[in-house]
Parts: sequence; structure tokens; C-alpha cells
Amino acid sequence: MDYSVEPGLYAVGTPSAGSPVLVSANYKMSFDRLRSSLTGTDAWILVLDTKGINVWCAAGKGTFGTDELVRRINATDLPDVVNHNRVIVPQLGAPGVCAYEVRKRSGFRVVYGPIRAKDLRAFLEAGMKATPEMRGVDFPFRDRLAVVPVELVLSAKYVLLIMLGLLVLAGLGLNGYSLGRAASEGLTSALMFCMAFVAGTVLTPALLPWLPGRALSIKGLWIGVALMLLLGGWNLAFPGLASSWFEVAAWCLLIPVTTSFAGMNFTGATTYTSLSGVRREMRIAVPIQAAAAIVGVILWVTGRFV
Amino acid sequence: MVRLRYLSGVVTLALDEAKCSGCGMCLTVCPHAVFAMEDGKAAIVDRDACMECGACALNCPCEAVTVKSGVGCVAAIIKGALTGSEPNCDCVGGSTCCG
Repeated sequence: MDYSVEPGLYAVGTPSAGSPVLVSANYKMSFDRLRSSLTGTDAWILVLDTKGINVWCAAGKGTFGTDELVRRINATDLPDVVNHNRVIVPQLGAPGVCAYEVRKRSGFRVVYGPIRAKDLRAFLEAGMKATPEMRGVDFPFRDRLAVVPVELVLSAKYVLLIMLGLLVLAGLGLNGYSLGRAASEGLTSALMFCMAFVAGTVLTPALLPWLPGRALSIKGLWIGVALMLLLGGWNLAFPGLASSWFEVAAWCLLIPVTTSFAGMNFTGATTYTSLSGVRREMRIAVPIQAAAAIVGVILWVTGRFV
Repeated sequence: MVRLRYLSGVVTLALDEAKCSGCGMCLTVCPHAVFAMEDGKAAIVDRDACMECGACALNCPCEAVTVKSGVGCVAAIIKGALTGSEPNCDCVGGSTCCG
């Protein structure tokens, strides 16, 4: 699916030589959000080639950057279109754009606009002045959930592979290989793992501010603990989830490991975690997760032969 | 809503006051209000809110602000560790990854 827009200069309304120039990424949603926020005004939109990626991610990568901005200004003959020398760049483009270098190389001054397109009208009406709120990024519930689907899709391949592995290995037993066992107990194991993964990936972001701990691996761990308690209660009422105590012990490790890892993985989609912090977190969490996963798998496999 | 905070005392952000000209660009571009003006110069007032995006360092005309920015996603860090390089998204997930 292609969600990119052709780079170049676009008009909103009927802009003149004095109308403002807003810079955008060529991700369709970025572009659409920008132009709908400008409905009723006259403005130019300079769309950069960010390979269909949104402003903030592209800025981090460098594609929404100084070079591309200067290139696009020249390619669209912007100096001949407008009689001023200002381009309004969304604030989240700043990790990729060096304002003073753009000025030096193109003659255009970069004015950093608000974070959110919806604040643009107010920003422009105030004479290109931003309030502190316009310059701050938050991470509310809706935004946290909005990035969950991409995490699920990116991990799907690995999750399905592990589920398949559990399904196949479950057929092992003292009496040789049994397809029946694979189908029934294997399916249960595969679904348990899938449930843990989905719970970690969906609930850690959803409940982020209320889960204890600063590290996301810890926040994810709590989801796993809650899940274990729930499953324990379920098993008391409807026994038969696990085929042996070895398997119970295995899940006591594997479920929290899965949710903890899923939570930790969410660091890549937040608006506030730092690379240094993620490194520190991983240095401690990953060896523990790996060890617990290995022991858990050994227990689970042992449980096949008991 | 409770403001989300990450780990304390980890970021590589640094500000050399001697080089600062007080232009205020770092305040403008920072998405987490890490900086404030004090006595005509910039100052770090909320270091732990910094996410190391690098916007401040890139836009400082005096090279007063420095920070080590980079891809902060677990998959990229693992890949970087396995290949002995900096964290990178290249070929992790291919074109379906974050670009």
C-alpha cells in the first residue's frame, strides 16, 4: 500500500507571493492533517521527499532534514514564488533540520511551527508565536494505543513462528510423537503464549501511566503477573490448562518473560524514552529475560515427558 | 493525566554555558521543556525529561549543546549489538519497519 504524496509545492486556497510556506513530509497522513488544518486560509505547502514516512520519524532518520529541505526549496523555485524568506517547519522536524544551515544554504529562515497541525491557525494568527503547550509532546491514551497495531504487525512473524514451535513440540512424549497431543495441548500452549504476547503489547501501552516502575520491562512484567494470577484462578475453577506441574512452572516464567519483553519493546514507539535509558534497561532486563526464557522452555519440554 | 517519566540520570545531554549565546533555539525545538532561559543563557531544568532526539544540539549555532542521539528501539539495539555497530533499523523488518 502506498501512502506517499508526490514531493513538491502545493497550494491551499489561493496563495499569493506573501502567503506563508508550510513544510511537510510526503506521508499522506502528515500532508492531509496539515492541509485540513489550513482550510479557509491561503498558504503554500512544500512537501519534502521523506519516502512516505511521517515528520518525526523521518527527522530522526535524517530524511526530513537540512539537505532535503534545501533541495526541495531549489527544485520548486520557491524564491520566485514568494516574496518573503520564511519557511514554517513543524517543530518535530527539528531533529533533522539545522535551521541556521538552511538559512546559509538557501537564504530561507526556518521558523519552527507548533507540534500539532491543529494549532497552526492559532500560531499563524498570533504572528507565528507558539505557546508552551504548542511546543510540548505528551503521550495520552489515544496516542499510545494508536501505535499498538504497528507493534503487533511487526512482531507477528516471530509470534506465529513460536506458536508453531510450541504446537509441534507439544506432540513429544514418553510414548513417542503424538499428533493428537500436538493438536490439543500444543494448541493450548500456543494460545497461552499468544495471549501473553498480545496482553503485553496491548495492555502495557494502555495502562502505561498506572503500571508501577519507570522501566517498560517492569511495567510489562506486572501485566504478566496479573495474567498469571488470572490463569491460576481460572485453572482452579476449570482445571486442565496445564498437563503437569512442570508446565505450570514453565508458564510462571514464560508468561512474565513474554509480557516483560513486549513491554520493553514498546520503548521504540513512545514519545519520551531515551536511547541511553533503553540501553540501560536492556542491559539489566535482557539477560534476566533470556535466562528465564531458557529455564522456562526447559521446564516446558520436560513437562512433555512427565 | 500523570506525566510519564522514564529512567533518571541516564541521558547524554550536556550544555556548555560558556559557549551559549542565549539565542533560545534549544527551548524552541525541545518537545519536553528540558531547557529554560536563566540570566540570558539557556539552562537544563529537566534533564530526565530528555529523550535524546537531538533537535537541540543540531540547532545550536554555538555548539554549546551536545547529546548522543540515535535509534532507541529494542529491535534496532539488538541488531546493532549482534552486528557490532550502532543501533540501526536497516533490514530489521525491511520496508515495513519505521523507514
